[in-house]
Amino acid sequence: MADAHAHAPGLAHHFESYEQQKESAFLGMWIFLAQEIMFFSGLFTCYLVYRVLYPHAFLVGSRELDWRIGAANTVVLLLSSFTMVVAVLGAKQGRRKMIVLGLLGTLLFGGIFLGVKVFEYGSKWEHHLVPGPYFEWHGDPSVGREVELFFSLYFGMTGMHALHMVIGMGIMLVMLPLAWRGKWTPQNHNFVEGFGLYWHFVDIVWIFLFPFLYLIGLSGGSSH
Amino acid sequence: MSEHEHHSLWKPYGQVLVALLVLTVVTVVAANFHFGTPWSDLVALFIALSKAALVVAFFMHVKGSTRLIKFAVWTGVIGIAIFFALTLSDYATRVITYVDAPRM
Repeated sequence: MADAHAHAPGLAHHFESYEQQKESAFLGMWIFLAQEIMFFSGLFTCYLVYRVLYPHAFLVGSRELDWRIGAANTVVLLLSSFTMVVAVLGAKQGRRKMIVLGLLGTLLFGGIFLGVKVFEYGSKWEHHLVPGPYFEWHGDPSVGREVELFFSLYFGMTGMHALHMVIGMGIMLVMLPLAWRGKWTPQNHNFVEGFGLYWHFVDIVWIFLFPFLYLIGLSGGSSH
Repeated sequence: MSEHEHHSLWKPYGQVLVALLVLTVVTVVAANFHFGTPWSDLVALFIALSKAALVVAFFMHVKGSTRLIKFAVWTGVIGIAIFFALTLSDYATRVITYVDAPRM
């Protein structure tokens, strides 16, 4: 055993083979992501309950969001997922410059997404749509303070999503110099691929947030 | 590695990206149709699930992964489905439905 491992750089001593090491890494990552699904499902279920209770207020609240900004950010995030795939592809082939470029692209698109989000939050603050003592509603008079619930969920869900992106971007900043120094090889690049799973998961959360926060006001008729 | 091999590695990911962008346009277009409650939401949900499935299968390489990994993926998906189903079995079936409260 010891001899076999001496010729296997990047293989931890407690694994029999690269395949077993990889399977263990990805199984652990997927169990973490299953936990992440449970974590976000609390927020989505909260949305579901209040949407059922106050359908009209949610449609009215949704119309205060600019769906064009949401759609543009969806495209930006999908592009960041693609550059993440590029980084993983580079790691598989042992091409360190491709990993670095992929990560830089992902950081760039992630940064654009968060920049747009800051602009959106600022605009909501100016219009007194941030829940709390500062909240004022001057829109459709047929809805009362329950529209504040929509904005609580808007900030809670997009805020938690943005926090995941900030954490992801922090991890990528640590990964960049490691990738440049050639830490990851075609035999063991599990960290890059595992991080890719996390980033794609965050993208999937937004895939659900976009229609259910930004688009519901378009399709829901103006009638009750 | 030859140019052809590089090309064939990139191509499927590019196709998935294009499909995801097309589905983003589709969901915006569909949102402008008045399908009524709850059909508009179900259409949006179906499109979002399709996009998520593409990301999971191709970007996250679950297609072609081992049965153990697929089992872990389905654990999360089935978990959230149970959570939603049990919640809706209560809130969506109450006889007294809430109307939006008057302005306070």
